[in-house]
Amino acid sequence: MQSQIFSAPTVPTKGAISIRDVTKIYDPDGAQVMAVDHCSMEIAPGEVCMIVGPSGCGKTTLLNAIAGFHSITEGEILLDGVPLCGPKHPLASQASDRIVVFQNGALFPWKTLAENVAYGPMVQRRWPKAECIERARAALKEAGLGNVADKYPGEVSSGMARRAEIVRALINEPKVLLLDEPYRAMDALTKQIMHEALLEMYDRTKVTIYFITHDLEEAIFLGDKVYVMTTRPCRVKKVIDIDLPRPRDYTTLTSEAFRLLVKEADEAVHEEALKAFQAGEREMA
Amino acid sequence: MSAVTALPSQAPAPRVFKRRSKFERAVSSPRFWRGIAGILAFLALWEFGAWAKAGLGLEIPFFGKLPAPSAVAAAAAEVVVQPGYWWSWVESYKRVLGGFVIAMILGIPFGLALAVNKYFRDVFFPPFEILRPIPPLAWVPASLIFWPTNEMSIIFVTFLGAFFTIVINVLGGARTIDVRYLRAAQSMGATQWHLFSRVILPGTLPSIFTGAAVGMGITWNVVLAAEMVSGGGSQAGGGLGFFIWSSYMGGSMEHIIVGMISIGIAGYLSSALIRVLGERVMPWRRAF
Repeated sequence: MQSQIFSAPTVPTKGAISIRDVTKIYDPDGAQVMAVDHCSMEIAPGEVCMIVGPSGCGKTTLLNAIAGFHSITEGEILLDGVPLCGPKHPLASQASDRIVVFQNGALFPWKTLAENVAYGPMVQRRWPKAECIERARAALKEAGLGNVADKYPGEVSSGMARRAEIVRALINEPKVLLLDEPYRAMDALTKQIMHEALLEMYDRTKVTIYFITHDLEEAIFLGDKVYVMTTRPCRVKKVIDIDLPRPRDYTTLTSEAFRLLVKEADEAVHEEALKAFQAGEREMA
Repeated sequence: MSAVTALPSQAPAPRVFKRRSKFERAVSSPRFWRGIAGILAFLALWEFGAWAKAGLGLEIPFFGKLPAPSAVAAAAAEVVVQPGYWWSWVESYKRVLGGFVIAMILGIPFGLALAVNKYFRDVFFPPFEILRPIPPLAWVPASLIFWPTNEMSIIFVTFLGAFFTIVINVLGGARTIDVRYLRAAQSMGATQWHLFSRVILPGTLPSIFTGAAVGMGITWNVVLAAEMVSGGGSQAGGGLGFFIWSSYMGGSMEHIIVGMISIGIAGYLSSALIRVLGERVMPWRRAF
């Protein structure tokens, strides 16, 4: 048995996402709500890509399109040069090369953490059942969750549950990890610990990360690039390169470079947030 | 005296918390004793009400017509040694469990099929919804004609009482499983069968048990009424419903009340059984 559960290639080569001119219109025969408007992004293999934008702007729509939960109306999305969805197949297939970690967590409440982590390999029949469980335990142990492996999700804190969920995703060796505001409801102190744990897991796997958040500091602390999105319909407003050195820890948060990046991002986001807020008011009136 | 015990005691020994059983904890809690006090007060009031007519010459409405709890207890002591009384239990339980088990066996797959298959739902849900509001007792005359024996018609009506409730609960539970679980399972490579067996089924279990608990209550209602209507039929004792009915015909108020309390206990035991089963099958829902 290998000592490291997640092996990390030195230079990531897999997990490039190309979003090309993607448009999504909900209910095209009726209300015609345009959620995404000719949006393009190029995400390099192993990049941590943070998506920031006002509520309801269509960030999750893009995530759903990559994951294969929703179809797109126009454009195409490619993973490592292979089309996931495009004009011919508007709905991507769901496969374990792209795994989503949801906003409120989606660990199965009826399975223990170890059974949850073993679920993917088990349904894919990657290893015999006993080995799946054994590897799941080892993976949880490596993430600092060894002593709660046999607890049910309802018995552990939300921080532990979310960390276990990321372990559950990573054991499938996905090319892309899609995170939809995973730490939204957490307090600042827990969040900080979650960030460090995520960065640690990222350093080991170098998986491409598509991470949706409202929290600018979170975006800058974790990301290689921050995409600031416009209010609906969703387009890329600004791409900010985060050149903060890795590994990063809590001292990064107080550095001058970090503060300047927050300021730059804040200006772009604030403008969009204001637009979204006013648009919301008009809808109500 | 040995050297060990002669050692001077240093820091006080750490306080040891003894783990107590559920029963011990219940008995030591004031809530338990308040409950006991409530029951005793109720019995005392009843005893007084029943005694007031003879003792004070004052008839208290309702209570005055009742036999005193002491008289009921005396009647019960007399009744519980008769095998006929216990045959009533067996008869009623046979009918309740028979109808209930058949309702579970047919209702759970039917509800799941309604939930997961659109075509099945489109075809079978409308007739189901038309039949569902019909009270089970309205089926009694028809089923007496339809089924060859009384026993079969009672079990059929009992089955109906539980069936509709179970199906509705299973359908609702399976349809409201959070889409996140389905998506998570699918993105990890679950096949349709895995989705069903590892996500939809465990996700529906809580609703199945809710349906079973409610259905069990309805089953007792229906059995009792059906036993009264059909006269119970058999010679060995026609079940608890018939026990009450024949006590009424014989004019024995004490026995009527013994029968009522028996049904209360029987119903309680049935729902306790479902609760225990539920905790067994769904370990993640145990209270911690």
